Amino acid sequence: MKLRRVVITGIGAYSCIGKNVEEIKNSLYTGKSGIIYDPARKEMGYRSALTGFIERPNLQGLLHRRYRGYMAEEGEYAYIATLEALKQAKIEDSFFDTHEVGILYGNDSTANATVETNDIIRAKKDTSMAGGGAIFQCMNSTVSMILSTIFRLRGINFTISGACASGSHSIGMAYTMIRHGYQDIIICGGAQEVNAVTFASFDGIGAFSIRETDPTKASRPFDKDRDGLVPSGGGATVILETLESALSRGAPILGEVIGYGFSSNGGHISQPNVDGPSRSLNMCIQDAGIQLKDIDYINAHATSTPIGDMNEAKAIHQVFGNHKPYVSSTKSMTGHECWMAGASEIVYSLIMMHNGFIAPNINMNEPDEDSAKINIATSTIDKNFDVFLSNSFGFGGTNSTLIVKKYKP
Amino acid sequence: MNSVMTMDEVITITNNFLVEEFEVDMASIKPAAPVKETLELDSLDYVDLVVLIDTHFGFKVQQQDFKGIVTFQDFYNFLHQRVK
Repeated sequence: MKLRRVVITGIGAYSCIGKNVEEIKNSLYTGKSGIIYDPARKEMGYRSALTGFIERPNLQGLLHRRYRGYMAEEGEYAYIATLEALKQAKIEDSFFDTHEVGILYGNDSTANATVETNDIIRAKKDTSMAGGGAIFQCMNSTVSMILSTIFRLRGINFTISGACASGSHSIGMAYTMIRHGYQDIIICGGAQEVNAVTFASFDGIGAFSIRETDPTKASRPFDKDRDGLVPSGGGATVILETLESALSRGAPILGEVIGYGFSSNGGHISQPNVDGPSRSLNMCIQDAGIQLKDIDYINAHATSTPIGDMNEAKAIHQVFGNHKPYVSSTKSMTGHECWMAGASEIVYSLIMMHNGFIAPNINMNEPDEDSAKINIATSTIDKNFDVFLSNSFGFGGTNSTLIVKKYKP
Repeated sequence: MNSVMTMDEVITITNNFLVEEFEVDMASIKPAAPVKETLELDSLDYVDLVVLIDTHFGFKVQQQDFKGIVTFQDFYNFLHQRVK
């Protein structure tokens, strides 16, 4: 069977560094942080009140009240991002009636909706008081569920839950399905709720930075003085499609997905290792069929945790050796967008590739022993490039790597 | 809830929350108009209606209570009977 080429025809994002691709482009170029101090978290008992700040979109007038009632917070972000991506991909509403389009979206929690719903039920002692939309907000597949309903999707339809690699795996799995001929077009991406309920237990294990006096300096991947991640979120959508379909529709081709690699650490539930990410990287590079020297830029997973960044730096060095592609973690600006991150970082990297720059790994003042061995972009670099690699790792030891190349016929 | 609520009060409260929740024009809510079609209700919307009645009138209804209700006047009558 001849494998098909898979291209990206639309991107959209709603994040703490911008509510659309244009705003995000400016933030990435200037190294703008989206991190704030949220006093409400402190009152709730958080160890760290740092978070990415994201404003809930107002969907009244844009979306029927029934859909809004079925939609959890993360679905709102995903919806805005998907509208933007579909518009860029030149996919209008009527397209869904004549074409089988699928959705594979990354999400791994809908905690706020679940907690609020059960608070109401406990107080009222009556399950019907949760209302008719609560069940659809409280299921982990809430995002793929609501988007497939709004857009009347008739193809594959489910949620990918792979912790902080969810968004990346969604693109990887969609790439695999399209490549092997199962679908022609799949909406993929990742969404992450941003609220005090969803991150409370994550805060509880001491994973977050406590550099609260200087929020925009708190997320500092690879820096010697990093002390933890900053939680964040939003929504990011990537439209994947066969090259043939994209060409026949006259859709813009933003890039070609040429490699997907994955692995599981087979170890501790939260402590990463070097071997798992290395295997994911190697699998992806092999799948892409390119040389190490062909990769110009790595968008690192690096979240600003001491061990995670150290092991990723080791894995990159182990795989790339003397080849030194530029490396940056956009989480230095966005914080850790968790379930969304693997998709948003593809969007961010595509923005860079199309605008000829590499976004800085801000707050990287001094490398440690391991990060000194890789080529970290500490300031914005004006550079045209053709190929990038994006890493995403998650709890449970799940790893995902994607390689995207500028499209050439 | 107020045990001496008048029919006019019931109508005002009801119309206000229906307009707010179901995003319809106040002008479309007429006593003889059909509730289901005017508000474009599906089965899940009736669950929301149960919540709204509890919130605004303070009593619980079952979804099956809506079976005999066709027009808005039927709805007002049902609510007025229950709040008396």
